[in-house]
Amino acid sequence: MIELSGITKSFNGGKPNQFTAVDNVTLTVSPQQITAFKGPSGSGKTSLLTMIGCMARPTSGRIFLRGVAAAVPFQQEGVDAVEITSLPERFLNEIRRSTFGFIFQQFNLVKGITVLENVMLPAYPTGEGRALFRARAESLLEQFGIARLAGQRVELLSGGELQRVAITRALINNPSIIIADEPTAHLDSKLSRDFMEIVGRLKGEGKSVLIASHDPIVFDSPLIDTLVEMRDGTVTDSRSCR
Amino acid sequence: MKRAVERHLNILEFTLASLLRRRAKNLSLLAMYLLVIFMLASLLFFVTALKREAAIILSDAPDMVVQRLVAGRQDLVPAGYSAEIARIRGVTAVRPRLWGYYYDTLNGANYTVMASDDPAVKPEWASIGAGVAQSRNLAVGDLLPLTSYDKTPLMVEIGLIFPSSSNLIAADLIVISPGDFTRLFNFPNGQATDLAVTVRNPKELPTVAAKIASRFPDSRPILKSEIQRTYQSIFDWRGGMTLIVLASSLLSFIIFAWDKATGLSAEERREIGILKSIGWETSDVLLLKFWEGVVISLTAFLLGTVLAYGHVFFLSAPLFAQALKGWSVIYPRFQLVPVVDAYQLALLFFLTVVPYTTATVIPCWRAATIDPDAAMRY
Amino acid sequence: MILQPAALALLLIALLVSGMGIYAGYYGMRILGRWDPASGSEGQLELERRTYLVSTIISYVLSFELMSLFLFIYTADDIHLLFTGAMCAAGTLAVNSFGYPTLLLKIVNFLLAGVWLIVNHADNRGYDYPLIKVKYELLNMLVPLLVLESCLLFAYFAGVKPDIITSCCGSLFSQGSGSLSGDLAALPHRPMQIAFFSGMAVTGISGLFFYLGPITGISALTTPFLVRKPQKLISNLLKGRVGYLFSAASAVTFLIAVASILSFICLYFYELPSHHCPFCLLQKEYGFIGYVLYATLFGGAVAGIGTGVLMPFRMVGSLARIIPDIQRRLALVTLVCYLSFTLIVVWEMIFSALTLG
Repeated sequence: MIELSGITKSFNGGKPNQFTAVDNVTLTVSPQQITAFKGPSGSGKTSLLTMIGCMARPTSGRIFLRGVAAAVPFQQEGVDAVEITSLPERFLNEIRRSTFGFIFQQFNLVKGITVLENVMLPAYPTGEGRALFRARAESLLEQFGIARLAGQRVELLSGGELQRVAITRALINNPSIIIADEPTAHLDSKLSRDFMEIVGRLKGEGKSVLIASHDPIVFDSPLIDTLVEMRDGTVTDSRSCR
Repeated sequence: MKRAVERHLNILEFTLASLLRRRAKNLSLLAMYLLVIFMLASLLFFVTALKREAAIILSDAPDMVVQRLVAGRQDLVPAGYSAEIARIRGVTAVRPRLWGYYYDTLNGANYTVMASDDPAVKPEWASIGAGVAQSRNLAVGDLLPLTSYDKTPLMVEIGLIFPSSSNLIAADLIVISPGDFTRLFNFPNGQATDLAVTVRNPKELPTVAAKIASRFPDSRPILKSEIQRTYQSIFDWRGGMTLIVLASSLLSFIIFAWDKATGLSAEERREIGILKSIGWETSDVLLLKFWEGVVISLTAFLLGTVLAYGHVFFLSAPLFAQALKGWSVIYPRFQLVPVVDAYQLALLFFLTVVPYTTATVIPCWRAATIDPDAAMRY
Repeated sequence: MILQPAALALLLIALLVSGMGIYAGYYGMRILGRWDPASGSEGQLELERRTYLVSTIISYVLSFELMSLFLFIYTADDIHLLFTGAMCAAGTLAVNSFGYPTLLLKIVNFLLAGVWLIVNHADNRGYDYPLIKVKYELLNMLVPLLVLESCLLFAYFAGVKPDIITSCCGSLFSQGSGSLSGDLAALPHRPMQIAFFSGMAVTGISGLFFYLGPITGISALTTPFLVRKPQKLISNLLKGRVGYLFSAASAVTFLIAVASILSFICLYFYELPSHHCPFCLLQKEYGFIGYVLYATLFGGAVAGIGTGVLMPFRMVGSLARIIPDIQRRLALVTLVCYLSFTLIVVWEMIFSALTLG
């Protein structure tokens, strides 16, 4: 469970071009569910997701992660949740590496190296044995039907294949929460529906999924458990779809 | 511990792959780095080898040489001095030496002419150095015409040419009998150029020198250790001067390296942003940059020193020879004995890798602290 | 000034190290002034990024300092021929009054930088930057010393001219000479040996106590000898204080060991009762044993002092779980290093051809 309390993110604080991306958001994200964030571009969805995913720090406010203690390598005194906003980067990173998997709008795959290497990349700095995560990567590729592309350069892949590689990479460290930012932006309807199917499978495996999208195929999907609407950095509506 | 090692290995592997991916940029950096190391290594190897040679040669020099000064200039030493000096306690032998310089009008060279008491050196017979033989096109059995001071010719037959391995001391040397020497230079009898003094206990040298100086105020006793010090100083000084001259090239390389490190292409920036966004931490990217620096430095260092070794010890350092050996018509062409030790390599490391590392610290850190957020937005 | 490649290299390093130190110190001061970990403002994020830079710089400073320490000694040894009376590095350093201070300051800076890195390591493991103030205050101490060291090095090489008469190590380190090193060598062997072995023993025992935990350590060693009540009293007294004792002992033993090297240890290696020079041990003739001796001694000293520096923070919040672990590992390092040092010394004392009365 992820609790956000009074989260604000602003850039260029104090200067004339100060810009507030997220304004005083208080929200609870339930575990093992699919939560969709709906809103036009510039509504702050991406910023909010990066903060939830321990990739950026809010300017003010608090974020609590509960029930992810298993993935957390340390314990704060007397609290059963981890408050991540004032953590140093290396701790934030530890949490992110073991808890979150990211799927980016632009896929963000590294050019010039193979699909397999791209998938294994997040595991390099963890100090895990190479043979171990290589095996895991190969089985994941198998699972998503792209094992045959393992040795190929990413420049040569199609949109749908790139999508699957991105998903596989997000899963390499066995995260419990998947965050996807505009995952269907570069996909046609069929591939978008395929994506939602995969998301459903992930939920079935016990993972939580957070998706930011302005694509109706995503936020109108029957798989969505909670829909959060955002506009201009604030949450305008949050309802359960069950 | 094992985790730390695995982490290093994984990141190292990625580093190597990414270096190869940006071949053009990294090759140009490597080339310049290599060049700088090559030049500095050549300089260091050359100077050290020369110093080593000089030390070896000077170890055979006489413990003390007594010269005589008149109005600050070197003059001939009367034979009477040697008798008195031989009586000083601790002195085992005093040998008057006859030597001088002979100017050859034909090629403008100065030869060092020495008289030798060796019975093998017959009258009208000479041993010459390889440099003399080469510049006058002489072989064993040829006749060398020398002009003495009263304009009469002195013909000497070449009996022996010193091997080229002795070039450092004998390239321009002509050895003749004392009689021929006196004839050639119209040398006054009972005088010597200087006196070579041998002392029983080396620790007594300063004391004996002091006694000689007080007995003969116009004499200048020079100790072997002083000669050794002076030679080492000269080579050190020359080495240092050349280093200063090369400093400008070192500096431009450092600026170049800094520029390369700072000027990350958009592609590189994006790649680091991606790494940060998929879970690489700042210290992981710093490690990546560190290994990059290590790989490039190590490669440049190894190749640079190997090439310098060849340059100095096989080709006799054509690039530096003039600056370091001095100018002369007869140029002793000699092969230096390879001398490379850990000290020189450490010095080289300090002069090249350390400035390079320092210059790239801040650019590497800037690269490592790229915001992953930025990667999300493109 | 000697326009010599090695001198130029050393001066270049000194310049770079000072420059890096000043840069790091400047940002250290900013961090000290504006640090606010609870805030998520851009300023704070920028400061947190800077801490990485400062750590990286100081790690480089440490390694450069260590390397230049040995390079300095080696260079001093290499140019000893240029000075009448100098037989090795000891003589070269005595040429003017800046030589030995530079060397001592180099050693101090190396130890300080090592301790800084230990504190930095501990700080990084805490999730709320608990030692940040301590760290940057320590940095403020280190930076001026680095600059001072560079100035001394410049002054030394500027005041060096070949042919300057100096005392060689024979007269420098032999009895009767008025300088400090002469006094050390004049210390009679017996008391120095006693001091050395007691110092090592105290460090070793307190280190062992510390490593095993004060209570178990004491129990293990004293159960056969003491009844319950005094044992409890002692363990209460010592609880938490063993660390300080150990650290202080390791620092003092470091100094005693250095004095011992001058006084009697090197005599056994050289097999000469009058050769007290500590630098000749680094030569090839003695199998480079000097490097091993000094490496173990310095390494042990850094680890021991680091343990002591961390002691006051043992129970502070986020560090409560981390520091004891780090300290135990450091204590182990010190114990192993000092033990190796002592073993080498004892071996040499037994097997050397020299016997001291």
